[in-house]
Amino acid sequence: MADAAVSGTKTVLTTHDGKPLKVSLAKALRREKLRALMLIAPLLLFILLSFIMPIADMLFRSVENGIVAETLPKTVVALKNWDPASGEAPGEDVFAALHDDMKVAVAEKTHTRLGSRLNYDQPGISSLFRKSGRRIGRMKEGDYKQQFLDIDDGWGSVENWTTIKRLSPTITDSYFLASVDAERGADGIERKPENERIYILLFVRTILLSMAITVSCILLGYPIAYLLANLPVRTSNLLMILVLLPFWTSLLVRTSAWKVLLQQQGVINDVLVWIGLIDDAGRLVMINNMTGTIIAMTHILLPFMILPLFSVMKTISPSYVRAAKSMGATDWTTFWRIYFPNTVPGIGAGSILVFILAIGYYITPELVGGTSGVFISNRIAYHISSSLNWGLAAALGTILLVLVLALYWVYDRIVGIDNVKLG
Amino acid sequence: MSAAISTFRPSLTGFTVPMIAGLGAIFGFLWGLSMGNGLVGLIAGGALAAVIAYVLASSMENRGLGVLAASVLIGVIGLFLGGAGGAVAGAAMGAITGNATYWLSTGRYRAVLPPYASSKQVLWHHFFRIGICGAIFFFLIVPILIIIPLSFNAENFFTFTKAMLALQPEGYSTKHYSDFLTNPDWQQALRNSFMIAPAATLLATAFGTLAAIGLSQSHVPFRRAIMVVLISPMIVPLIISAAGMYFFYSRIGLQGTYWGVVLAHAALGTPFVIITVTATLVGFDRSLTRAAANMGANPVTTFFKVQMPLIVPGVVSGALFAFITSFDEVVVVLFLGSAAQKTLPWQMFTGLREQISPTILAVATIMVAISIALLSVLEYLRRRSERLRGLTPG
Repeated sequence: MADAAVSGTKTVLTTHDGKPLKVSLAKALRREKLRALMLIAPLLLFILLSFIMPIADMLFRSVENGIVAETLPKTVVALKNWDPASGEAPGEDVFAALHDDMKVAVAEKTHTRLGSRLNYDQPGISSLFRKSGRRIGRMKEGDYKQQFLDIDDGWGSVENWTTIKRLSPTITDSYFLASVDAERGADGIERKPENERIYILLFVRTILLSMAITVSCILLGYPIAYLLANLPVRTSNLLMILVLLPFWTSLLVRTSAWKVLLQQQGVINDVLVWIGLIDDAGRLVMINNMTGTIIAMTHILLPFMILPLFSVMKTISPSYVRAAKSMGATDWTTFWRIYFPNTVPGIGAGSILVFILAIGYYITPELVGGTSGVFISNRIAYHISSSLNWGLAAALGTILLVLVLALYWVYDRIVGIDNVKLG
Repeated sequence: MSAAISTFRPSLTGFTVPMIAGLGAIFGFLWGLSMGNGLVGLIAGGALAAVIAYVLASSMENRGLGVLAASVLIGVIGLFLGGAGGAVAGAAMGAITGNATYWLSTGRYRAVLPPYASSKQVLWHHFFRIGICGAIFFFLIVPILIIIPLSFNAENFFTFTKAMLALQPEGYSTKHYSDFLTNPDWQQALRNSFMIAPAATLLATAFGTLAAIGLSQSHVPFRRAIMVVLISPMIVPLIISAAGMYFFYSRIGLQGTYWGVVLAHAALGTPFVIITVTATLVGFDRSLTRAAANMGANPVTTFFKVQMPLIVPGVVSGALFAFITSFDEVVVVLFLGSAAQKTLPWQMFTGLREQISPTILAVATIMVAISIALLSVLEYLRRRSERLRGLTPG
């Protein structure tokens, strides 16, 4: 297509319509890039709208705190001049502003919402807002401070006002502090009292349980992957079905199977009683505790360990093992010094995958975990649907998300995310 | 040398008979326990198995006939001791004993290993395969299979009743299935599932296929970044996706609506479509589309007449993945849906959490059947596509 045209002393390649070849090629490349992007654009837009924006919204919610400034705009301004260190409640000007703000808030019915928000940080404060909201219409003009104090002594408390002042900015770190069992006290960040610390314990438990599940997946998955990788293809394909069937069976089906099996009146206990290993009164408690979570989740996540291990073991040449044996190594030495080190990448990939999946699990711990076997996800769900403390749920979710993304980064380094295979 | 191996026969009285007697003793012990006396069972089982092993190995050359005889013999004993259930269990034990006898007595157990393997190596080899791997496979598969017979329980129990173990027909019934088919809650859930999943699948497959084709072009700017964004719904834990979607969708009024759930499920399903379709496109010969264009086909015709038929297995398996993602998904729908969008998994979840009824087992059995069907279709497609691309001969 390109014909050479001689212009002066320099030779410039041009296409048949006389444009330089370079320009033409660049244009074609641009068109190709554009076409690729046009094909990707609908999905990209769709994922951005339906998935990335919600995640971004959650991240935003974990620090967002517009509610005080929105509900009590004048009070927030008036409070600027008040110093909590003075040890006295604010003056009349703040209470006058509070009266104006409350009137609007009661009319819009937003004061109770504000009350429950402040209650997360200062228990007891929500009744202050509810009570005052009911009587705000009957207040007379002048000396608002005394009138508010008549409704509830709480309005004279420095702690309550400190909380309101502290939460006035529209961005807050209080949710993140709460999710690591800390709070902002009189002198900076401090740990919560012993009996209110739950989240660090929950994070630690989530990580420990996920590790236990990962280890049991390695122990159970390794022999199976080894067997499948060393059998003739026809037999291993057949046995692979036994691995893929659980993989394809609905999560809820498997969870309900374990719920049925592990119950005190369930099949496993019945068999143990029948064989005589335990008596009828001493039936094992295997459900609604950590044991239940570990057993059921190991079963659910085992295929995710077997499949990567299998694909790594498939690539190990049998001649390594033969060479070691021919040089006089025992079976154990051959396995431990030659075969096992070759499978470590597979163990790594499978472990990270299982760990990532385990750490964010919700359904199975909820159904078989009782109270001692629940994960951080269950707490997130509780804050979304029961306690309605969405900010805290968002902060806990953000921490979990960062943890998972960091692990995926490691996974990407080891395996490469594009190499994810299904089945 | 190989002739010597193939005619290798272990000592009959020194090896085969004691081994089989041990197996029989285990069977007898279990049987004895269920009747109340393990010790009697142990002795009787061991003695019976020893006799069977001796007779079969010394005078019955025909393997099929031998196994049949052992199976019938113990089956009849089982019938007398424990009715129909006993007969089935006995026949199974007899068949296992018979097969094991021939396996040992003809030396076949050694044929899979090199002739120089020591007896310790042979023992470990079989212990690893039958003992360890067998137990793990048992752990993997039995929990799923055990719910199938339990779902036909005539009582509202979650364990095997005496009548079921004795294989009496009155121990079994399909009442949990008829409950599933008549209960309005379950029917509504089933309808919702079949309304949400196909819509989500359609969206995910259409967008996902286009994007996968785009991503497989040779020059895509920011390919890695785009890939990460598109795969992200698969990476982010479901509870976080559910939380984010709940917050965001309630802001824009999609929370608690049919379309909200469909959009969320479609987003969760697209990574699977992208991965499967991209995998088929790796082996796609680009000169085919160029040839079509060369002969005057426009891009749309080229796509539907040339490219589409070749990547269709990838698209179908991606669609199946997207379907099963939506069909099995419970966390997101739990948060995003309202009572009107209650799907089958949601109904199962509430059933399991509140009052667990055996109907769940019937539903679970139906869902296992569905997953077996889907798995077969996928396996067929995978093999077909590999064959077409010449990756493996079989």
